[in-house]
Amino acid sequence: MNLERIDEIIDRYEGEEGALLQLLLDIQSELNWLPREAIEQISKRFQVPVSQVYRIASFYKAMSLAPRGKHTVNVCLGTACHVRGGQRIMDKAEDSLEIRAGETTKDMKFTLGRVNCLGCCALGPVIVVDDAYYGKLTPAKVEEVLESYT
Amino acid sequence: MPKLDSAAELEQLRREIVSQRDPNKPCIAICAGTGCRALGCDKVITAIKEEVRKRDLAGKVDIRETGCPGFCEKGTVVVIYPEGICYLQVIPEDIADIVSQTVVEKKVVDRLLYVDPTTNEKLTYEKDIPFYKNQMRFLIGNNSKLDPKSITDYVALGGYSALAKALSQMTPELVLMEVERANLRGRGGAGFAAGRKWKTTRDAPDETKYVVVNCDEGDPGAFMDRALMEGNPHGVLEGLAIGAYAIGCREGYIYVRAEYPLAVENVGIAIRQAKEYGLLGENILGSGFDFTVKVHRGAGAFVSGESSALMTAIEGRVGEPRPKYTRTAVRGIWDRPSNLNNVETWANVPLIINNGANWFTSIGTEGSKGTKIFSLVGKVNNTGLVEVPMGTTLRDIVYKIGGGIAGGKRLKAVQTGGPSGGCIPDQLLDSPVDYDELAKLGSIMGSGWAPAA
Repeated sequence: MNLERIDEIIDRYEGEEGALLQLLLDIQSELNWLPREAIEQISKRFQVPVSQVYRIASFYKAMSLAPRGKHTVNVCLGTACHVRGGQRIMDKAEDSLEIRAGETTKDMKFTLGRVNCLGCCALGPVIVVDDAYYGKLTPAKVEEVLESYT
Repeated sequence: MPKLDSAAELEQLRREIVSQRDPNKPCIAICAGTGCRALGCDKVITAIKEEVRKRDLAGKVDIRETGCPGFCEKGTVVVIYPEGICYLQVIPEDIADIVSQTVVEKKVVDRLLYVDPTTNEKLTYEKDIPFYKNQMRFLIGNNSKLDPKSITDYVALGGYSALAKALSQMTPELVLMEVERANLRGRGGAGFAAGRKWKTTRDAPDETKYVVVNCDEGDPGAFMDRALMEGNPHGVLEGLAIGAYAIGCREGYIYVRAEYPLAVENVGIAIRQAKEYGLLGENILGSGFDFTVKVHRGAGAFVSGESSALMTAIEGRVGEPRPKYTRTAVRGIWDRPSNLNNVETWANVPLIINNGANWFTSIGTEGSKGTKIFSLVGKVNNTGLVEVPMGTTLRDIVYKIGGGIAGGKRLKAVQTGGPSGGCIPDQLLDSPVDYDELAKLGSIMGSGWAPAA
């Protein structure tokens, strides 16, 4: 664990009111998860109880307390995607990756998640892999998309 | 860029920008919003840049990556200006033809045009396509005219002139009165009068007050706030700054949900540019008014879109609602008076200040003024963003603009307003879109529209 890097991120928010959430997001995007050491370091530097930091980290969906795979696959199950067959896309993704939503593959390649609305409702069903959006999906295309990631 | 010191300097800058631009120079505008990204617009943009370079056209043609024009169903959308030729469902393989035929030879590429499903007629211009033609696009219409990452594009269109007008010609009280007279109602769904909310925060006894933009667009199926924030962030900032002036705030927050990374990026750039130009920060346009804005990223919690939860999240805590014994307009962020409006509400403010309350109230119905943007999604032919005057019937939205139900099926109901709204059956399709009418039907204005067949 690179505590120095975490300290650097914490430094950005020194003395700023209400920075905890933004800080956790920065660490999440840097490390792709929130290790215990990072949370303890924040608690120490910000003088807030570890439990309070954990409370925030466990409440928000964008944060993960377990290591995430190399690629994050999010299947949209918001209403618009739902009525256009989002669940079938999720089923297919779960089948292909052999994991359930919220889990990570054993080889640490993919973490599968669900989101409620990515705001591309006109193109549902939609999935997003890391920063790339894929619209108008069919179950058949899901495999194709996933295979393009190594 | 030296800071602008007065309204006159802003106007001078606008003239300079406009005079340096050749209105006849071809411009290829490509939608680079999240919707078209999902359809691969990145590759289209790369292909255009490559083609322009290959043909040695650099400097002779502008390439503009714009926000979402709304017609997501037919993305990637490419519009060639000054003619306004609209190409739909463009893929990288089409680019060579678009550049060689349309940009160079001024000929139209037939196969990429919109085909009217009823008449089979091909329509060349954006303005003739029924999806666009039957709308009134004061807000969303700007998206295809500007690059959201360019403040000069916004200024060229008259951007920040409403802020300049408010600061140089109007007192805060006058600005507030104008918004009250315009009867601008909250676009988030509840339809509370924005002017009354502003006044509550203004009158609250505390020196420090905040203005807040709610871009935690959680309503499933709704994405107009995303499109406005991504496509024209300066428009929202300008509205927010005017509100801050009227209410008496020096600080503002923009809360953007985690699922909208492009909106976070674009509004961040917009804030930096506005500061550099002296349109945010200290002594804005030499008026003595100071105003700074911070972006607060959400972290994936639906409930944090509720006003008190959103404010708790801004304080850096778990964004859950708290009891509102006192309104957030009086006790919000850190218990200070905090005026929260959604993105679209703020985006309407510059229009009201520039054109006046009389103009604004001439659009819409008795109780609901102005236009409203909806996201039309679900089983309809033309999905996308639709901006119509209040009072338009559901039928017109679904059939005239939406092109009817996909696959020729019969419409069963229209779901409006997300989880807090309701389903409106087909026999009530002639109801006008109006806060009070929809409430009578047991639904709410909301934002997302999902016709089910």
